[in-house]
Amino acid sequence: MNGFMTLLKRDLALAVREGGALGTALGFYLIVVALMPLGLGPDLNLLTRIAPGILWVALLLAALLSLPRIFEADHDDGSLDILALGGLPLELAAAAKSLAHWISTGIPLALMAPVLGILLNLEARAYPLVVATMLAGTPAISFLGSIGAALTLNAKRGGLLLALLVLPLYVPTLIFGISAISSAMLSPDGFAASFLILSAISLVSVALAPFAAAAALRAHMQ
Amino acid sequence: MAMSTDTRPDAPSAPVPAQTWTQRLANPTQFMKLSDWLLPILSVLAAAVIGYGTYLTFFVAPPDYQQGETVKIMFVHVPSAWLGMMGYGLIAVSSFGLLVFRHPLADVSAKAAAPIGAAFTLLALVTGSLWGKPMWGTYWVWDARLTSVLILFFLYLGLMALRSSIDDEAMAAKQTAVLGLVGVVILPIIKFSVDWWNTLHQPASVVKLDGPAIHSSILVPLLVNAIGFSLLFFALHMKGMRNEILRRRVKALRLAEVERASHGREAATAAG
Repeated sequence: MNGFMTLLKRDLALAVREGGALGTALGFYLIVVALMPLGLGPDLNLLTRIAPGILWVALLLAALLSLPRIFEADHDDGSLDILALGGLPLELAAAAKSLAHWISTGIPLALMAPVLGILLNLEARAYPLVVATMLAGTPAISFLGSIGAALTLNAKRGGLLLALLVLPLYVPTLIFGISAISSAMLSPDGFAASFLILSAISLVSVALAPFAAAAALRAHMQ
Repeated sequence: MAMSTDTRPDAPSAPVPAQTWTQRLANPTQFMKLSDWLLPILSVLAAAVIGYGTYLTFFVAPPDYQQGETVKIMFVHVPSAWLGMMGYGLIAVSSFGLLVFRHPLADVSAKAAAPIGAAFTLLALVTGSLWGKPMWGTYWVWDARLTSVLILFFLYLGLMALRSSIDDEAMAAKQTAVLGLVGVVILPIIKFSVDWWNTLHQPASVVKLDGPAIHSSILVPLLVNAIGFSLLFFALHMKGMRNEILRRRVKALRLAEVERASHGREAATAAG
């Protein structure tokens, strides 16, 4: 567990000190959300109705943009090979790096959503729902994304391919995130069912995705 | 299994340990031999059964009292959807076979199944869309069954795109296998989407514990077509696997030739 924490701290420190990476994701999130009213017209009622969906879809895209960072730099400079040779199982290393991605990108994106909600005239009682579903759903985004990031390490045109591989896997997260918000808006006790499934998706991803990501990483090293 | 080990001309005299049929098929040469006579039989059977199914569709099956003739879209739609899912199941089993047992034909099988499965999935989506227009009044609804089958189609595209974007074939095989296994979660989602959510798409009506909910005049042509389409799937899959094996052999021969040529040049320069 010691190695796990060390790797996690190292990745978090890198994410903070490298700079740029998080800012790019947040900036991308802002610009995508800001484009929507321009494309749809400034009808506030319409925007209020679709605001949670826009926030969620833009969050997926912004997270997608930052996924290659999980393994790319370590793959390029050879640290990944050192990690594979070290005492820490590659599965745990993949989990630590995915967790670092969630903390350094997933959480900031989720916390940024209410600010962007203002642009979309989000209803006041939807703010906590949006943040809660995003905090519960972003672990799935980081961990499932780590599979795609590991698979496309050696691929040509990896970025486009990553979107094609990972976005279908994100569909259940998106569906249950949105359905938790919309059912809670209809009745206060409608929230639990979808939210629990959303959390279950996240937990299953956290438990299983590192194995798939590690299998993909191992195949690169042979 | 037609071939026993002792009929081969190069069979060793010592008793060979008994092989399972998957082990025997693991030898590409054995597979080529088997498929050489199995493929024509499969193809003829597929053509005959699909021909009979088409006859049943147009001349025997009665029009539905509500849906009219459009119900006959079902005879293409349902088998295609089944085979689209079965194709992915086949890819998942092959991926497992590659990653766990290192079965040499597993990757060939997974590679050959992807375009065929994708084609059947697309066919199911298109025929479903054409059927939806007269029945539901729209070509597309964002219903759980339709959405999950669309995701299945995207997974097929992702598998093919991933494979084509990695140059090293052995690595591409493994990476694709990992993705193939991850994507298998879509199959239960598709199967149960009509039970878990209230959807426009009707729930399962053929494969049910208490027997099919379809009248036999419709059920029989449907099953005939399903058998015919499955035979077609397996014939195409076998042909695809044969092509892939031959392609790999040609590639190996070319590489060997290049190697020989470069050695020859080295020898010539050394002599001269």
